[in-house]
Amino acid sequence: MAIQDRIVITGVGLTSPNGDNLEQYRKNLLAGVSGVQDFETRYMGKLIAGVCHYDPLKYQKKKDVRRGTRAGSIAIYCSHEAISDSGLDFSAADKSRVGVFLGITEHGNVETENEVYNISLKGYDTAFWTHHHNPRTVANNPAGEVTLSMGISGPHYTVGAACAAGNAGLISGVQMLRLGEVDVALAGGVSEAIHTFGIFASFKAQGALATHEIAAKASRPYDLDRNGIVVSEGGCVYVLERYEDARKRGAKIYGEIAGYAMNSDASDFVLPLPQRQVECMRLALARAGITPAQIDIVNTHATATRLGDQQETQAVREVFKETPTTYINNTKSFIGHAMGAAAALELAGNLPAFQDLVVHPTINVDHLDPECAIPNLVMNEPRKIQKVDYILNNSAGMLGINAVVVVKRV
Amino acid sequence: MTRQEIRQAIIDILADIAPDEDTANLKDDVSLRDQLGLDSMDFLDIVMELRKRYNVEVPSSDYPQLATMTSCLDYLSPKMA
Repeated sequence: MAIQDRIVITGVGLTSPNGDNLEQYRKNLLAGVSGVQDFETRYMGKLIAGVCHYDPLKYQKKKDVRRGTRAGSIAIYCSHEAISDSGLDFSAADKSRVGVFLGITEHGNVETENEVYNISLKGYDTAFWTHHHNPRTVANNPAGEVTLSMGISGPHYTVGAACAAGNAGLISGVQMLRLGEVDVALAGGVSEAIHTFGIFASFKAQGALATHEIAAKASRPYDLDRNGIVVSEGGCVYVLERYEDARKRGAKIYGEIAGYAMNSDASDFVLPLPQRQVECMRLALARAGITPAQIDIVNTHATATRLGDQQETQAVREVFKETPTTYINNTKSFIGHAMGAAAALELAGNLPAFQDLVVHPTINVDHLDPECAIPNLVMNEPRKIQKVDYILNNSAGMLGINAVVVVKRV
Repeated sequence: MTRQEIRQAIIDILADIAPDEDTANLKDDVSLRDQLGLDSMDFLDIVMELRKRYNVEVPSSDYPQLATMTSCLDYLSPKMA
């Protein structure tokens, strides 16, 4: 066991509402291109959502798509893309030493809603309830579908961590590598959330569902005219390896997971607690062995709810109060809130900054909320900066869960 | 339904369950499992679709009757007549 092992990212596979690979996604983040669109739903009519446009048949047969779940399909697409991007000779790899660790906000709601709808057409006769329900709704489904698709026989599981799940999945991958349980980890997060009405209706009941005449303008963290969350689907899976293994095979290295932390607010079902976010960010920085001033980019979690944006800003301001070269951005303004995939996708959109030194902006800030006016918030236009050595990715979720990842340029 | 109509109904179900396979040129006396790569979950789907579309019940003891197109037709004809 080698707790001190350095863990690096050597592959990225993703699908987001504005890109189905890192290059396209990054290009759109720098060009201000939103992926948020109008979206028809069964019970609630036309809503606004982030919808992915990847080709499921690139890595699945039609039968696999039919049998599995949307989250499984997204996970399969991202995992194959990540392995391909990593340059690993996967056919020769020992599949018993590969693990799959995916963050999810929720799972099973989509299938349950569909089946309830189906039996409603049959007078609620449960004889019409499909036998596929259980394998589709077990919580490990998205990660398990990846193992079936890729012949991976190492460990797999999902990590339920609300909207911090993308970072939590990544952290699980790091931990399993350090424990010596696997040699390659496929780690990140996925979301199929838009395919069930419950999440939209619940945010609406909470007064936290975004509406706007123009879909691309609906997700607007930090703007005074924001009115809530745009729900999205998506996925982002990383190939993680020990630094020594990656270096030996001459792999391209996107960055090193220099530090991470998770903690719990222990205060409220829904509302975040800035003090715990501060503690979580400081713990991740301490584990990375760096000071706040060494962070060049902070990617925030802000979801475009008034209180959530303001409270996170308060936490970020507290940690980064004397750090003149730390820049702040946000990705949800482009892609909405991709739930279980959010943190993983948001980190991915920033990794290319290690090379091009450009901070992608947060868009749709027409009237900055004075409560969110934090120094170096990069708004509406990308900004080239002097150096990018460290990125901090912040995330938080319901029931008071926080997860922070610090990534270092290698 | 005529035997020919029932045959088409079965093909329509199989086309949904095995969408990657050629269901237009099935041999009536070769096992559906072998021709279409069906597994036990697919047979449960066939049973479900028969229930949904035609209100036909196939008890598990009768599943072997669904082995080939000919055996399907012999078994289902009295139920779907």
